[in-house]
Amino acid sequence: MQVPILKQGGVLIATIQAALSDADLLELRTALVRQVVRYRSSGVIVDVTAMDVMDSFASRTLLEISHMIRLRGAATVIVGIQPEVAFAMVQLGLTLEDIPTALDLEEGLAYLQQKARSIN
Amino acid sequence: MALRTGFSMSEATLIATAISELARNIVSYANQGSVTLRPVYGSNGATGLTIVASDSGPGITDVTLALRDGYSSSGGLGLGLPGVRRLMDEFDIVSKAGSGTTVTVTKWLP
Amino acid sequence: MQRDKTVLNQPAIQRSRPVELTRNEPKMELLRELVAHLRQNRTLLLEEWVARIAEAQLLTAMTQEEIFAEATLVYDSYFAALETGTFEALQAYARNLSERIIPRGVETHEVVGIVLLLRDVLARSLFAKYQADYEKLNRILDAFEPAANRVANTVAVGFVQERERVIRQQQEAIRELSTPVLQVRERLLILPIIGVIDPMRARQLTEQLLRGIRTNRAKVVVIDITGVAAMDVTVANHLVQTVEASRLLGATVIVTGLSPEIAQTLVTIGVDLGKMNTVGDLQGGIEQAERLLGYKVVTLT
Repeated sequence: MQVPILKQGGVLIATIQAALSDADLLELRTALVRQVVRYRSSGVIVDVTAMDVMDSFASRTLLEISHMIRLRGAATVIVGIQPEVAFAMVQLGLTLEDIPTALDLEEGLAYLQQKARSIN
Repeated sequence: MALRTGFSMSEATLIATAISELARNIVSYANQGSVTLRPVYGSNGATGLTIVASDSGPGITDVTLALRDGYSSSGGLGLGLPGVRRLMDEFDIVSKAGSGTTVTVTKWLP
Repeated sequence: MQRDKTVLNQPAIQRSRPVELTRNEPKMELLRELVAHLRQNRTLLLEEWVARIAEAQLLTAMTQEEIFAEATLVYDSYFAALETGTFEALQAYARNLSERIIPRGVETHEVVGIVLLLRDVLARSLFAKYQADYEKLNRILDAFEPAANRVANTVAVGFVQERERVIRQQQEAIRELSTPVLQVRERLLILPIIGVIDPMRARQLTEQLLRGIRTNRAKVVVIDITGVAAMDVTVANHLVQTVEASRLLGATVIVTGLSPEIAQTLVTIGVDLGKMNTVGDLQGGIEQAERLLGYKVVTLT
């Protein structure tokens, strides 16, 4: 299943809508990085509200996405991690350490806007 | 199934995550194997869920090393097996180099 | 009324009694005789039983009238059970009785005590009635004892089960009460933890906090553990995990009121202090939370 990527001003929003296969995740990574370059985006939001399991591969891919996008000078925010999923992730030792997180899409956008303001 | 056994949503998520990790191990190391789930009933009247993941892959030469946090032979985060051990209540691994690995884990209802 | 119903019920044994003799016939005959005896001497035996209850100082939480009313109900269900050989009605009654008397503070030993007393009273009345015929007395007792013991068992087990159900319910209520997640300002939650934290409670705390963060859209959480004297390594690890999980939901956690002992535990297990945001006391924690949220407190003069 492909993940739709929405362009909203300088921000790209990828909303994961169902459980993804490993291939889908890798495809998302490629697509996001490509579009950040193409649209000269300053921020990316990955919305994982619909994911009810986040295993080590998914976490690692999210980390990689964030790192690759940072190398393009843009910021990534992960939004919508469910309470149960967050609990399972930390038990597994997955803390997405240096990626900013936010409660939902709205919060994620607010975070990126604030960040943009503080730079300008 | 975990929910039907009586686990809460967050425990069911823990179990699902563990299954996902175990299945991933099979896919990335052995190509072929199986994951089975079954309810278990302890001698003290407890109810739980047991997951058996077995494969006929290359096996693990050093089990102690594979269970150490941060160790990975496939370029992963190195959280697979030790992480699964943290998610579950009981963890058992039998592996022989050359003939495959069987991981059996159990989560008990609190 | 339950009493009338049980008395008026046609005994099941009578209805199903085959015309020809079966091997059970003598025993049924005996039980029938026994029931007839209980029915005939109902008032007398009841009074005797209630007197013995008072004498043994059981059910002191209840008035004499209440004891008499309950005793009558127990007595009638008692011989209904003997008569029909079915214990469902008695079980239902035992549960119902327990529901009523547990809130009054009636203890398990009292309930067991009264059913045993009833057994004694009835047995003695049988001794008195059949004292001339030792053989018959023995056979009557053979029929009476297993049934009587089973009745005592049913009532006592029913009481204990009901009590356990009440205890479980209360435990749940206490757990809910002991982990309040409080919103003190828009987007600011406080979680004051008091008392002993075991792994079970720690887990519950985490689940409640994570859910609270989502429903209140919290951005900052202050966990105050001033009221927690000590923490073992498992629980300390759990605290760290709670902080990490909260961050995954987009909330910053400030931990306040760490006792020197807990600080020691955290250092021993090697907590990455970069991940933990700690402030000395609750007041300081709230002040920092307000700064993080962009509030500024000014004195109005």
